[in-house]
Amino acid sequence: MAAIGISNSAPLNGGQKLAMKYFTVAIALFGAQVLFGLLAGIQYLNPDFLFGILDFSVNRMLHINAMVVWLLFGFIGSVYWLLEDESGVPVVGLGLGNLTFWVFTLAVVVVVLVYLLVQVGPGELQSIWLINEGREYIEAPRWADIGIVVCVLVFFFNVAATFSKGKFTNIGGVLVMDLVALAGLYLAGMWYTPNISMDQHWWWWVIHLWVEATWEVLVGCLMAYGLIKTMGVRRKIVETWLYIEVALMFGSGILGLGHHYFWIGTPEYWFTIGGFFSALEPIPLVAMVVHAVFDAGTHKVKSTNNPALAWIIAQAFGNFFGAGVWGFMHTLPQINLYTHGTQWTASHGHLAFFGAYVTMVIAFMYIAIQKWRGDVYMSGNLVGAWKWKWALFLLHAGMITMTMALLISGYEQSQIERAIGGSTWMAYFEAQGHVWFMQGMLWRQIGGWIFAAGFVLLAWDLLTIGKRETRPALKVQGE
Amino acid sequence: MSQTQALWWASESFWRKTAIWVTAGSFVVLIFLTFDTVDQITAGSKANRVKAYSVINNRIDYVFDEKRNFQVPVIGPEEPLFGKKLTEEEAMALVSHGKLTTQAKNCMNCHTLLGNGAYYAPDLTKSWLDPAWGSKETREETMVDFLMNPQDRLHNALGRKMPNLGITEAEARATVAFLKWMSAIDTNGFPTNFKPIDQSDPAPVPAPVPVAEPAAAADPAVAAPAQQ
Repeated sequence: MAAIGISNSAPLNGGQKLAMKYFTVAIALFGAQVLFGLLAGIQYLNPDFLFGILDFSVNRMLHINAMVVWLLFGFIGSVYWLLEDESGVPVVGLGLGNLTFWVFTLAVVVVVLVYLLVQVGPGELQSIWLINEGREYIEAPRWADIGIVVCVLVFFFNVAATFSKGKFTNIGGVLVMDLVALAGLYLAGMWYTPNISMDQHWWWWVIHLWVEATWEVLVGCLMAYGLIKTMGVRRKIVETWLYIEVALMFGSGILGLGHHYFWIGTPEYWFTIGGFFSALEPIPLVAMVVHAVFDAGTHKVKSTNNPALAWIIAQAFGNFFGAGVWGFMHTLPQINLYTHGTQWTASHGHLAFFGAYVTMVIAFMYIAIQKWRGDVYMSGNLVGAWKWKWALFLLHAGMITMTMALLISGYEQSQIERAIGGSTWMAYFEAQGHVWFMQGMLWRQIGGWIFAAGFVLLAWDLLTIGKRETRPALKVQGE
Repeated sequence: MSQTQALWWASESFWRKTAIWVTAGSFVVLIFLTFDTVDQITAGSKANRVKAYSVINNRIDYVFDEKRNFQVPVIGPEEPLFGKKLTEEEAMALVSHGKLTTQAKNCMNCHTLLGNGAYYAPDLTKSWLDPAWGSKETREETMVDFLMNPQDRLHNALGRKMPNLGITEAEARATVAFLKWMSAIDTNGFPTNFKPIDQSDPAPVPAPVPVAEPAAAADPAVAAPAQQ
């Protein structure tokens, strides 16, 4: 048995060793996301900052791409983490999985270097294949798209083959089906058309059906496993909840796609369908809050891993407020006509991605670190617990400050640019120069610095938590 | 009554079946709607939502429709882009070159197109119709000139500028074609309350090209691209 408090990969199984690699790259890319977000934010306040060197478009692209990729790395790491534990057998094809990790990481490095050094290309298909596809969130050039598909297929093979060989738990079953959808949907964004309505129609299949459907179900699976691990919640309870969440999530989220089809050239019937189903989208998120809080209460918040449990509870609330409340606030077409394409969307995007996904990946990183340090004690009165608590506080304080500031700017923009000004260039710049807008941008930047401080503390904590602990982890038995 | 019977609605198997049926049902409905939507948004289809590429041979306006209660694109008399009438194939090639340019130059990470993208620069959905271009007579050349050399054109009091993205003249002309074509898409009234450039005949006296002095006025409205 590994010594307590000492970092050592010996107690980890094969999948978990691979997971640690994914988590390492994930946290580095999280840092990159924060850095480029700060640079882009500064440019709102001082447009000459890095003008012509690292323009806003480059910083913003790196900000959102780093996010998509680090969350994917975090999800893949989390699934490898639970895979052997859930299925009861070693990962099938682990060697291939390891090779894929290095290929995937190398591809990400090349893409980032091209973004930074080449930035733009001529208006030819070759630019889309080699430099940048120029489509928000899925800017990765086509060669990288194909690489991503291959990597995800290997990952899928590892997961499906391992569950097939071992035990197909309900969590495993939902996970495998969800990964089929997640990988398949990516293909919808991999072709060129001159017709921008058609382009955005299929682009939303990837973006929406990832973040408002398949990613949500994926974190549902992670939450189910996390609750069993940290509190010993009965498997039957979490798996029943998981199915409830899948039914509600897909029942509302699949046709909720319609709320992106109001203004891109698509037919008017999407007003009704999109409005109705997206109004239902917060319901599964309420269910997840009830589930997590109820289980935590039943177990008297007694857990084997307090930081992980805290981040799981943060996920339940963050998902509900960020994706649910902030999404619903501007999802009906009558409101969306004025808010579509304003800082409202940025406000919602920040809180939703953080609340729904960042939180869950961090929770899994804490679960992983605990075992990596020889199943170290991580419950109440943990030595050096201030770090994880302050990291959690600062990340939340920074994010809430950014969300609120962007929302105020968004309100101002929807009023002055859209409702009054009539959405012309002149109206746009009038709204952008308004003192209320600029105050929002300033406070967003302050929130960004607070968030960055939280990130530094989080990274430090992940490297050091449990180091000075000598107690073994608490054992929490299932009921 | 046994407890198992009383709690059928809370059982794992009930919710598993529900999850499968709800997911499958939603997906089937989505597939049917997708067939119809794709048909309706095909360029030049009968639904007339996304126009044929050769629409760039005509005047395009954005006019309030009483029946639908929002502004809709209206196709006017022949007004070929850059004075050259194109066939559907030629127009498609030009618009496609423009679309590729907007992707290769990463426009979407500052601007929004059809409202999607980033929020650092104005929405481009109806940019062809924007009064900022001055008059319809000078609009095409002004747009081409701006796209090729935007870096020294301060057009707002914020100091925000578009960087030089190395856009060639051919790419700039193609981009203008793409923007003109995009302005003809029926976007269900987005953006709302938009005040398009005056395209009536005879044309008004041309307004100045959107180049403001670097020392812009404190009021951003005063320093906007061109006055209405």
